[in-house]
Amino acid sequence: MKTFQLKAKILAQTKIKGNCWHCELNAPQVARSSLPGQFINIRVGDNLDPFLRRPISIHSVSGTKASILYEVVGKATEILTQKKKGDFLDVIGPLGSGFNYPKPKTQNPKPILVAGGMGVAPLIFLAGKLTEVESKKSKVKTLVLIGAKSKEHLLCVQEFKKLGCAVKIATDDGSAGFKGKVSDLLKYLLSTIDYRLSTIYACGPKPMLKAVADISNERQISAQLSLEEHMSCGIGACLGCVVKTKDGLKRACKEGPVFLAKDLVW
Amino acid sequence: MKTNLSVELGKLKLNNPVMVASGTFGYAEEFRDFMDLKKLGAIVTKTITLKPRKGNPSPRTCETTGGMLNSIGLENPGLENFIKDKLPFLKKLSIPIIISVASEEEPEEFLELVSRLNKIAEVAAIELNISCPNVQGKDGLIAQDPESTYRIVQEVRKITDKTLITKLSPNVTSIGKVAKSAEEAGSDAVSLINTLSGMSIDVQRRKPKIASGVAGLSGPAIRPVAVRMVWEVFKKVKIPIIGMGGIMDADSALEFIIVGASAVSVGTANFINPKTSLEILSGLKEYLIRNKITEIKELIGSLKV
Repeated sequence: MKTFQLKAKILAQTKIKGNCWHCELNAPQVARSSLPGQFINIRVGDNLDPFLRRPISIHSVSGTKASILYEVVGKATEILTQKKKGDFLDVIGPLGSGFNYPKPKTQNPKPILVAGGMGVAPLIFLAGKLTEVESKKSKVKTLVLIGAKSKEHLLCVQEFKKLGCAVKIATDDGSAGFKGKVSDLLKYLLSTIDYRLSTIYACGPKPMLKAVADISNERQISAQLSLEEHMSCGIGACLGCVVKTKDGLKRACKEGPVFLAKDLVW
Repeated sequence: MKTNLSVELGKLKLNNPVMVASGTFGYAEEFRDFMDLKKLGAIVTKTITLKPRKGNPSPRTCETTGGMLNSIGLENPGLENFIKDKLPFLKKLSIPIIISVASEEEPEEFLELVSRLNKIAEVAAIELNISCPNVQGKDGLIAQDPESTYRIVQEVRKITDKTLITKLSPNVTSIGKVAKSAEEAGSDAVSLINTLSGMSIDVQRRKPKIASGVAGLSGPAIRPVAVRMVWEVFKKVKIPIIGMGGIMDADSALEFIIVGASAVSVGTANFINPKTSLEILSGLKEYLIRNKITEIKELIGSLKV
């Protein structure tokens, strides 16, 4: 699959809530070939500070547009928020290997999506593809578990619902839904349902992914985890983002960022 | 106006002086979507060791002001897997392919690596990476000692007629002395600089940002050091110099050429803009035209002092 480097025009830049922003880009080649779980590598400035690009997962695509959902975590993302509609961003993408999901007309394996914090970003894209499969199939609904610090930090709840997903919520402080970690909610739900044939797709902070991996491995449920690693080149050249797997070191930017839980070594 | 950008590294002829530095360009295939690889002066591969090598623990890289630190630790598939899986793509490019090699424990490994590569026609040159700061042999880096450098280059010289390039370390008191040793031992060219030894600390955790602690600094932050070292080496040796260290654009490449580099290697910039090297090539042509210079060779070591 081909990767592109292009100047993408910003079509919209919106603050969603708190530190979270949504940015829509005109990036035809990227939009046309992106798959859920893949990312783009963005150069946020023209000078040397910040020096490296920033990898951000693709949130959604539509026609010639690709959008990202990002959190301000440092200087680079702060600069990104200052870019306005009409500005251009130097973008490389789509990059990496995304989620492996059932294609239409194949058997639906009862997907369970688990998102922690910003982990919702790539899972919306995936949910869109999964619900396409479901519309042609049975009544099985994509189940989405969303975790956040508190009610105010919850993201994309309505978006998942609009796609027809069944949404369950977990908050650390109990201000909405289940009180506790989203991985604990997952554990609880698995004790109440027949999870054979289920596939878990998860994205979020590392401790959450580790917990999801343990839960799924214990029950022998297939789980695909999207890892967030520090990257330098994003195109597989520098070997800076490698993660440990049972089959040796793998590049998060090339063989990942999505890995099977059963293959990872923590 | 017609310009001639060709340069020579010993008996090796390059169509132009713009190369890509070892470890920053993978095995070239990673860059095929972004540029016409055939336009490069030469490609230097990621360093190959005799056996496959896992490299250092993560995190392996971090951003710094005007640059980055890395401690990959020469992760590579090993010589035989390289020849089987990576070399076929490089061969098809029909531009000079320079294989970077390193020893892990014993300097003698260089001899095995070179004797094997010597038999492959498409290998245009061999770069001896005796200066990787992230893989310390039992006696430190070969490139930190003029005598060890002399010894290894001389032994390798005996077993190959291919163009030999010795990659030098900036982590020395006198890089000129080491360059001189490489020249006297029969190296056809020297390339410099490898990364500068550095550290960066996460003050909250009071831990180094790179798992292995000390790492190699690259990027424009080190360019003035690199330019000075090329100038120093240029005054000391007659063999060609491949200059590198924070080259980001045509002007920074020209700095190296003017102080004496016959060719330049683009390194860390490949991570930021994968087609930097070809943009530099266009920039060099424009510079020649603007200054009514027909041969880029006229610029090599043309510093006015």
